[in-house]
Formats: sequence, C-alpha cells, structure tokens
Amino acid sequence: MEMLYARDVYGRTLIELGKKDPRVVVCDADLSGSTRTALFRKEFPDRFFNFGVAEQNMIAASGGLASCGKIVFASTFAMFATARVLDQIRNTVCYNNLNVKIVATHGGITVGEDGASHQALEDINAVRAIPNMKVIVPSDAWEARDAIITAHKTKGPFYIRLGRSKVATIENRKHFHLGKGYALTEGADLAVIACGIMVQETLKAHDILKKRGISISVYNMHTIKPIDKELIIKIANKHKKILVCDEHQAMGGLCSAVCEVVARNCPVLVDCVAVEDRFGQSGAPKELMDFYGLSADSIAKRAEEFIRQ
Amino acid sequence: MERKAKLIKSKATQIRKLIVEMLAEAGSGHPGGSLSSADIVACLFFGIMRYDPKDPEWSDRDKFHLSKGHCCPALYAALALCGYFPKNELLSLRKLGSMLQGHPDSKIPGIEVASGSLGQGLSIALGMALAGKVDKKDSRIYCLMGDGELQEGNVWEAAMACSHHKLDNLCAVIDYNRFQIDGRTEEVMNLEPLVNKWESFGWRVIQCDGHNIEDLLEAFTEAKSIQFKPTMIVAHTVKGKGVSFMEHVVDFHGRAPTEQEREIALRELEVEKSE
Repeated sequence: MEMLYARDVYGRTLIELGKKDPRVVVCDADLSGSTRTALFRKEFPDRFFNFGVAEQNMIAASGGLASCGKIVFASTFAMFATARVLDQIRNTVCYNNLNVKIVATHGGITVGEDGASHQALEDINAVRAIPNMKVIVPSDAWEARDAIITAHKTKGPFYIRLGRSKVATIENRKHFHLGKGYALTEGADLAVIACGIMVQETLKAHDILKKRGISISVYNMHTIKPIDKELIIKIANKHKKILVCDEHQAMGGLCSAVCEVVARNCPVLVDCVAVEDRFGQSGAPKELMDFYGLSADSIAKRAEEFIRQ
Repeated sequence: MERKAKLIKSKATQIRKLIVEMLAEAGSGHPGGSLSSADIVACLFFGIMRYDPKDPEWSDRDKFHLSKGHCCPALYAALALCGYFPKNELLSLRKLGSMLQGHPDSKIPGIEVASGSLGQGLSIALGMALAGKVDKKDSRIYCLMGDGELQEGNVWEAAMACSHHKLDNLCAVIDYNRFQIDGRTEEVMNLEPLVNKWESFGWRVIQCDGHNIEDLLEAFTEAKSIQFKPTMIVAHTVKGKGVSFMEHVVDFHGRAPTEQEREIALRELEVEKSE
C-alpha cells in the first residue's frame, strides 16, 4: 500500500497534459506551492497564470481563456474555490459550458490545524446544483490522476476535490469511468457508499466488522455528479439499507445525492456518516476524524446500529 | 474620417431606433444604458473592430465583451445590422424560446461569452487577452463596462491583473452615464476620482465625449498605439441619449417605453437622422 499526496500526482499530471496538449493552461491564486500547480509553472511559465489572492478574477478570467479554446485548470483551496466564487462559476463558467476544470485541494475536515475557516465542508453542495458542472471526489492519488485526465478530455466544467494529506492507495482499484461507481467488497449485511478518503475509512470499517461476523458491501462513488443512478438503484434493490459516508456536511454532498436517487426510484432507509451541520475546528486530521465521527471506528459503530435498527 | 464618422453616426441612430422598438415590443428591459452606449457600440462595430459576420469563429477576429449585459439591445441591434442574424429576430427579444435572451447568451452568433451578472466582464476580457498573448495573436479585445458595476470588487481584481500582465491588446470602455438603478452613482456609491483610480492601477486612461464619433474614433485609435499597458476609455455619456424624455431620467434605467412613448421616441430619432 502506497501513501501519496493526490496533489503531487495532480501537479505531475498537469505537466504530462501540458506536454501533450498546447491548449492546456493553469491558473492559481497564490497557493501554487500547496496545490502543486507550481510544478507546471516551472515547465511552462508562459502558460501559467498566478492571479494573486483574487479568486473571483481567477475563475472569471479562466472562463475568458477557455472561451478562446484553452483548456484551463484552475486551482486553490476548496474553501476559496467554490462558495467565494460561486457566481463566477455559475454565470461565466457553467452557463457558457466552458472548459474550466477547477481542481481544489485541501477539501474537508482533514485540512486539520488551520481550523474551521479553512475546512471546506460545503463545497460539493455549492457546485453540485449548477447545470453543466461535473463533480468528482477521488479516493486516492491514482484516481485523482484518472479524474484529471478525464476532465481534460471531457468538454465542459469540472470540480475535482482533493485533500491535503497523504492517502493510502486503494488496492483493487478499477479503471476510472466518469459517473460510474463500483464495488470494492461484496457483503450481505449492509451497503456502504463512500467517496474521497471516506473510501479508505470504510474499507477499514469493513475489516473491523468482518471480525465481528458482519459483512458489508463497500462502493466507491467517486463521481458525485452525474451520480450513478443505475448502480444506486441496484444497491437499494439488493441491500434495503444504505449507509453513505462523506467528509462533507450531510446536507448537499454525496449523502444528498444518494438520497435523491433513492427517494425518487427505490425508497429504502439511508443513513449518513458525515459532518452534521457543524463547523470544524483546529486539530490533527486523525483527531478531527474521530471527534466528528468520520473515522473507521465510527463507521463500524454506525453500521452495526443501522443493521439492528 | 469625416465620411466614416457620418456612416457610424447613421448606424448609431439606427441602433437607437432598434433599441426603442425592441424594448417597446418586449415590454421590459433597459433603455437608458442601451441608448447611452449606442455610439460606443457603433464605433467599435462600424469603424474599429475586425470581424466577419459570415464566419463568427474566425480565429483572427477582434473580440467584444459586453460586461454591462443588461444593455444588450444595443449589441443585438449592432450584430443584426452587421449581418450576424436577420434583423427581424430583434423583435423576439426576451420572449420564450427566443435566441435573444434578456441578457447576452453565448449561443447568439457574434457573442463570445454570456454576461449579465455585473463585475465579471473585465476578468473575462482579461482571460481573452491572456489567451491572445499566449497564441501571439495581433487581434484586440474590447470590453464595454457600466459605471455602476465598478462598485463590484471583482472589477478591481481584474484591473490590477490587466496592468500586471501589460495587456496592450486590451481596451476597455466605461459608459460613464452617472446613473444606476437606485439613482445617481455619486449618491449611491461615489466612483470619483475615477480617472485617478484607473491610472493608479497602471492603466492608460483616455477621456472622451461618448457621443462624439470623431472623439471616440480618435480614442480607440490612440489605444491601439499604446504599448505595455491596457487602455481605459472613460466615455462621458448621457443616460437615455437621443430620446429627450429618457435623458438623465433614472426611471428609464430599467423600464421599457410604452406604445405612446415608442412613437414619440422614434419620431425624435427620425428627426436626428435627417439632420
């Protein structure tokens, strides 16, 4: 099992794309060291634009660049890449269906010590409702790479959320298909759907539960939009109960996306392991995962209760 | 120059008449700022810009972005007069299923990027100008802004970036008619000293009478010669220009003329044309 920063792989993938495709340009807002877009800047200084601490300008100008045939990757922290610039995302990028790929790093509670002001927990909710927007939350560095390559070759706007910390590579990872989730384990007692680092936590919960004689199916739902409706209906028909895990508010993220499909097509009970309408705080990522009930132990506990319910 | 100015003047009058007709037919919309920007738009489309209505995607075209999207009747009229689409489309403005949306839509031939939410236009033009520099093109980017929208913070982020990148392929224009929906700009949120603001942000600023065609042509021509700096033309204009009862009247920022007002307005513009 490898431990990798998804953002390292992002920076390296940008260079690859930049070499292959002269249309690729990269924008950042004074966080190029952290987002790793600086790697691209070193190779292609003429196709890299640092907008300074001015995210609104970055996103709208990315739209202008894309309108001239550029494929734009725009990066900053998830906190500053969504709600702060939502009007620019909606009216410039999405309404015109432009090739702006927003790759946000430092998503979720695991930003850690910087605290609540930097922990994006509503970013997926912010961008998900906008027509033309596609939303991906990769579970590991290699899936991040697949998502970035897919965004490059797929027309229109994307929001890809990466984390700050290193993540373990998922062992039996399948080839990435936009809008297609997949099962990592098959079990009889409960279905658990997760995205991002919650996939790893869910896999750990799977092992904990296995020792207690409980078997769960774990699904990686890396694409939040378009959501894999077909798979969710299949899961609901098979399992009757679905637990959804997301490093995001329960409102508006993967939990909501799953509920929307279930309620309209195949009503079964859905429960969530997510942040429940609260702000985060400072702390080590691991401590925060425990405190906010997102860790493998919390998932295992919730799963057991949910099965008995 | 004189003949060119005369032609542009007659185009500007045609644009004004079409604005009045379109808005009266639509029953809603923004006559004040459309009329104040008519001469600027006419100068760009009939005297300054390089484009081909038969090939709207021509790769060497100059690009125009209307940041003050609510004044699209002026732009739609100019595009129709250029031949981007038939003139009879204009009367479908703001109607269900129409190509001509209440604010510019990128599906309309001749429109690069949609607009309507104020304050983003200069950033979009900045992106276009950066793309032009990357591709080493000699085409120019024009951005028409309203005065009220200068109150948006996004504008000043873009202002800083345009001069940082020394974008001499970018020329922006402020339609400085001194009115916004709620009243006079100086009362709602004062913009002065406006010229100093842009100069201090590193722009070359040219002031002109936004209704004097020779003045405008001279300003745009001078802008082309300026190197290593973006140009801002502060065009002093009159809200509602050309229709006596709309001039300087804040109510006509966002109210369409009635049937009777339409008739009077068209009669006035007819007189202007024959003068």
